Amino acid sequence: MSGTVCACQENSKEIEIDYGLLDKIIRDDYGGNREAMIMMMQAIQQVYRFLPEAAVEYLSQVIEVPTTKIYEVATFYASFSLEPKGKYILSVCTGTACHLRGSGGLAKHISERLGITPGKTTPDMKLTLETVNCVGACAVAPVVVIDEKCYPKADIAMLNDFMDRLNAE
Amino acid sequence: MIEATQTANPTEVNKITSPDGLKLFRQELQSRHDPNAPVVLVCSGTGCRAAGSAAVVDKFKQVLSGTGWNGKVLPLAKHTGCHGLCSRGPLVVIEPGNLFYQRVTVDDVEDIVNKTLLNNEVIKKLQYKPANSKEVIEKASDIPFYAKQTRLVLKNIGKVDPTDIDDSILRGSYSALAKVLTRMSPQDVINEVANSKLRGRGGAGFPTGLKWESCARQEGIRYVICNADEGDPGAFMDGALLEGDPHSVLEGMAICAYAVGSNRGYMYVRAEYPMAVKTLRIAIPQAEALGLLGENIMGTGFDFKVTISTGAGAFVCGESSALMASLEGKVGRPRPKYIRSVEKGFRDSPSNLNNVETYANIPDIINNGGDWYKSYGTERSSGTKVFALTGNVNNIGLVEVPMGISLMEIVNGIGGGIPNKRKLKGVQTGGPSGGCIPVPHQIPDINVGYGKLAEVGSIMGSGGMIVMDEDTCMVEVARYFVNFLFEESCGQCTPCREGLIRMLEILTRITQGQGREGDVELLEEIGKFTNNFSLCGLGTSAANPVLSTIRYFRKEYDAHIRDKKCPAGVCKPLFHYDIDPETCTGCGLCKSKCPVKAITGEKKKTHVIDQSLCIKCMECYKSCKFRSVKIM
Repeated sequence: MSGTVCACQENSKEIEIDYGLLDKIIRDDYGGNREAMIMMMQAIQQVYRFLPEAAVEYLSQVIEVPTTKIYEVATFYASFSLEPKGKYILSVCTGTACHLRGSGGLAKHISERLGITPGKTTPDMKLTLETVNCVGACAVAPVVVIDEKCYPKADIAMLNDFMDRLNAE
Repeated sequence: MIEATQTANPTEVNKITSPDGLKLFRQELQSRHDPNAPVVLVCSGTGCRAAGSAAVVDKFKQVLSGTGWNGKVLPLAKHTGCHGLCSRGPLVVIEPGNLFYQRVTVDDVEDIVNKTLLNNEVIKKLQYKPANSKEVIEKASDIPFYAKQTRLVLKNIGKVDPTDIDDSILRGSYSALAKVLTRMSPQDVINEVANSKLRGRGGAGFPTGLKWESCARQEGIRYVICNADEGDPGAFMDGALLEGDPHSVLEGMAICAYAVGSNRGYMYVRAEYPMAVKTLRIAIPQAEALGLLGENIMGTGFDFKVTISTGAGAFVCGESSALMASLEGKVGRPRPKYIRSVEKGFRDSPSNLNNVETYANIPDIINNGGDWYKSYGTERSSGTKVFALTGNVNNIGLVEVPMGISLMEIVNGIGGGIPNKRKLKGVQTGGPSGGCIPVPHQIPDINVGYGKLAEVGSIMGSGGMIVMDEDTCMVEVARYFVNFLFEESCGQCTPCREGLIRMLEILTRITQGQGREGDVELLEEIGKFTNNFSLCGLGTSAANPVLSTIRYFRKEYDAHIRDKKCPAGVCKPLFHYDIDPETCTGCGLCKSKCPVKAITGEKKKTHVIDQSLCIKCMECYKSCKFRSVKIM
């Protein structure tokens, strides 16, 4: 990672970190307990939609865990993001039942139309495309989740409709 | 995802201060409860919620409020596919009478209230019809999907309101805990569980009684952990149990804690199940407020506190030692198991880890006895098992069946067979670590049990059961699972990390039409090495999808490699569609469906596909009523 400054660092500088809120999460909700670090990180991500560098550093100081350890956890688990996410998060389920019913094609279609690969965000920060391994709604496969709401039997028409509305916003 | 502060705020209730108090409380609930009082049960499973079941519940409450009707409306986490009907809208069951309505929308509610609830009139258009029949089935319990199941673990799901502990207590929750606290020693509990021959439902099938016994023998602080990190794609049993009947699982954990001498429990739930987490965050405080969990349970001096911890999207954390590392806030990498976790697990202390379904079985085993439990299932695999039946099958959903049941009975009897007149090609069990069983062509049928599944090269696993029809390419299925495991491999041991990436490269090549002679042998060599030398249970089964598909579907591999053909018509570079002039009636349906206008032909004359335009999207193949579009 030498030389270039990655987007996450650039972006996190612009973000105002509310240390009072971080204190509430780290100290009040989880009692500063290191074992709850993953859940603290989830709570922080819930606020900022990613893990800003400054928040990671603050977490490191409060619970006395080196930042390298926090980044190790952040990069190990799929649900953490070090890059800011878009206004909407669209997850295509790629579990087996959805896969058999063509969810791969759905993800590919969005990728091609928006020009982003799964895990990435559109340049206008409107949408992050993700894939998830099974949300447990196999009966209505293929499933697409937009901002935690589950859309059953998703198809290209439904996705196009959503992306059209997104463009219009 | 998770909000730490989001806990339910149960209204002030009196604590139950003795095991008899629970009995009295239940009697009091019973005296207030009229079993014949009408209830409207609205399914709130994932599918029905997506279809707007919450609005249906609200509408029922609103319409009923002014009518003076004396029943109640319960939003229920039923969560099963119920024949995949949930895809067509919320399901409603009306008790007493077990009347089953499907595809209920907000607009139907007024009709249901005025006709059915107030005037006992059945609404025909909302009733269930089996796939190939015009005859309606009135009662939920008569629908073959339910009628052919043996629902022990799932008995409360769809019946109790998971957000109201009273409803669970009414149906007997925590009575087994009261029984062990008053009439059984920890050793008695272990003996009863051992007698039931219950084996771990998470996948490995380790005898539960034996595990408890070894944990109880340890010194020091012990932990009871519930593995709810259900990561197998295509499996949703544990999520459904936690969302639909959380108290059975919590009670099972508390009984385990009493047996092994623990007072701290952890529930490790996958973050992809926000609804399960939400339900637990309501259920645990309710149980604590009543004195059924927490300190001094039912006044007996026994303490057991359960804490929820959420995963963060790592499949490997379903492995017990990785899960315990994750509970400690670390990365979830499995460790070698020279020392088992019942001796040194979470915080280096003795830890008993079981799966959600295993714990959910415990209360009934205690109440009814191990002999009762053993009366279900087979000699080596006792009791029942919940499967998530998915894939190319008519009735998708959770099914609970006695161990030893015929696989074909599950697929055809309960599952209602294969849709779209396709033929069955195989059934994949055990998730990514499992194998494909080639029913009915190579193996006519098997009895589903731990031993039998292992014999045919698969595993029980946690209960995923994926039905595959003739349009499924087995090479592509192997590639899919290997790709999944490659992405999820924690990467610390070489055989799993390198073996998976090499297998993925070869399989990807084969599916793209660049397979070479010797690829299959190479896959077998790498696969056996990966399975023999990986560190954890996930690594030592990682090659199973490859090895089992080679074992039974070698011909398909050869077709891809030698003939450069994908017989199932899945791998795009390896097939094309052609219209059979013999059977084409020239109806024009394929022409109208084709999104790229690659099909031409006059009405009532044979149509033709222009291969240079065709994008192989399958629309013509799926739409042709005469099966004239052929995979070539």
